[in-house]
Amino acid sequence: MSDTPVLKTVNLGINFGGLKAVDDFNIEIMQGELVGLIGPNGAGKTTVFNLLTGVYAPTEGDIFISGKRVNGLKPHQFVAEGIARTFQNIRLFKQMSVIDNVKIACDQSIKYKLGGGLLHSKLYWDEEQRVHEKALELLKLFNLDTKADFVASNLPYGQQRKLEIARALATDMKILLLDEPAAGMNPVETAELLDSINMIRDKFGIAILLIEHDMSLVMNVCERITVIDYGRTIARGLPSEVSNNPDVIAAYLGTDD
Amino acid sequence: MIIPNIQRKAKNPLVNLIGIIVAFAVLVILVRTGVVSTYISGILMTICISIIMATSLNIATGFLGQIALGHCGFMAIGAYTSALITKAMANSNILVGAGAPNFFRFLIAIIIGGALAAIFGMLVGIPALRLKGDYLAIITLGFGEIIRVVIQNLKFCGGNGLSQGAAGQALVGISRISNIYVVYWITVVCVFLMYCFVRSRYGRALMAIREDDVSSGATGLNVTYYKVLAFTFSAFFAGIAGGIFAHYIGSLSINNFTFMKSVEYVIMVVFGGMGSLTGSIVAGGILSALPEALRRFAEYRMLVYSIALIVVVIFKPTGLLGTREFSLTNVLSRFFGKGKAEIKDGGQDE
Repeated sequence: MSDTPVLKTVNLGINFGGLKAVDDFNIEIMQGELVGLIGPNGAGKTTVFNLLTGVYAPTEGDIFISGKRVNGLKPHQFVAEGIARTFQNIRLFKQMSVIDNVKIACDQSIKYKLGGGLLHSKLYWDEEQRVHEKALELLKLFNLDTKADFVASNLPYGQQRKLEIARALATDMKILLLDEPAAGMNPVETAELLDSINMIRDKFGIAILLIEHDMSLVMNVCERITVIDYGRTIARGLPSEVSNNPDVIAAYLGTDD
Repeated sequence: MIIPNIQRKAKNPLVNLIGIIVAFAVLVILVRTGVVSTYISGILMTICISIIMATSLNIATGFLGQIALGHCGFMAIGAYTSALITKAMANSNILVGAGAPNFFRFLIAIIIGGALAAIFGMLVGIPALRLKGDYLAIITLGFGEIIRVVIQNLKFCGGNGLSQGAAGQALVGISRISNIYVVYWITVVCVFLMYCFVRSRYGRALMAIREDDVSSGATGLNVTYYKVLAFTFSAFFAGIAGGIFAHYIGSLSINNFTFMKSVEYVIMVVFGGMGSLTGSIVAGGILSALPEALRRFAEYRMLVYSIALIVVVIFKPTGLLGTREFSLTNVLSRFFGKGKAEIKDGGQDE
């Protein structure tokens, strides 16, 4: 395990017009760590994710992935550097098959070029076979391999969530950003999700940054937690420290002054 | 877990090849015996042009999901470029005369025409594809018209030059060297290439971008690159179709490439099914043949044509084939009660 954090931000911030959606955001995540990012609605959590995946370009501060500064790159270049995400409201390729959803995420590793694609060369068949096997393996981890040929939108909600995670894993990332993976899930599905997250960590040894409202999930799996409110970091530390922090309680429940 | 070999599963190209050759043999016999007159072979030529236009437009509109209303602009570029090239070749005696079949001249000209159309497709695509949906439709319409008006005013394309006003004339004296056999095979090759394209990482990426461009970026697709590639690729084949058209019709008037012509090809794509190449082939065949077949009922022609469209759109909103592909192998295996195979044929249309 190296000493360089997989993901590091320095004074990260973004302005939308006059509004400071995220201000002075600092985080360091080492390989294999599972860090939680929590905060009330509208606190700027998803904006942080959008900054970390290149959807927005930061107006202040820097982002480093494995020590490399990645400010201003496009989303697909963030993926190439090793960052992958899921979305708060599931964004699958709905009309495509389950396995094609995963294959799309393998695109950067595919070696054949336009010529091979146009003539279906030997390399084309080899690469397609490799990607097919890789996608099936990933689907199997989530017990989705039997549904590989289903249209993605026909899957039940919980499985769509899983498929989105499988798709993110197919990009061969070093750090996975999960945006409210348990949103809209029933307790059984949430428990399954917890198993999936633990399984991913054990099997892939990657870092995970998790946004979640389900406190039982957060307190259970996260090693460290960062709390933000109105775009500012108000607390960070171990789950037990954070849950007793008066600022955090005030942010969630309000103060009586 | 047993992982199937996808190559073995996706068979059998041989069946399609045989289908294509049989169709060609039938064509040759019909022409030789005189059943297919010059008039009918002209219609067949129009059908082939429509097929290439509709399938290539389907790449941008069906697979990438962006309505493009300027496809005829690229066709015009291909048509004029290739026509000027064969004219120049004829004037300077390159590849003309005995021992140099027209075929070479024709092929070189249409490929260069296609390449130039592709370059313009890329130039148009880079700024235009920042937009989506209605906005992209309008901007492609604009670019299509720009191309048309510019050609209209080019002296060497038959225009009078800008100083003389826009009253352009036709570009005449193009050798009519498109012949139905050659055009048939060019269509087969074009459709084959497009079919391979959509069945590769590229087609998969285009469909993903159509479904959701934000998550396409987040899963590592270079969205801009794929969009521009699709547009360029699509324009290339429109240029090829233009080249065939120029050498079939013999004289080019810019009125052949108006906005309404582009709309006709959009209709073919919608009619056949957005995202189905075989759908575009069928629709290209039907919609180019229908007006001719209805010629006897002159005054009701366009009425029937319109009703046919309305009926399809009401009862089959996704088009004749939706996003599915017609498969000769499937049809055959159904006939002979074999297992189901998955692949469609290319250029199987008469």
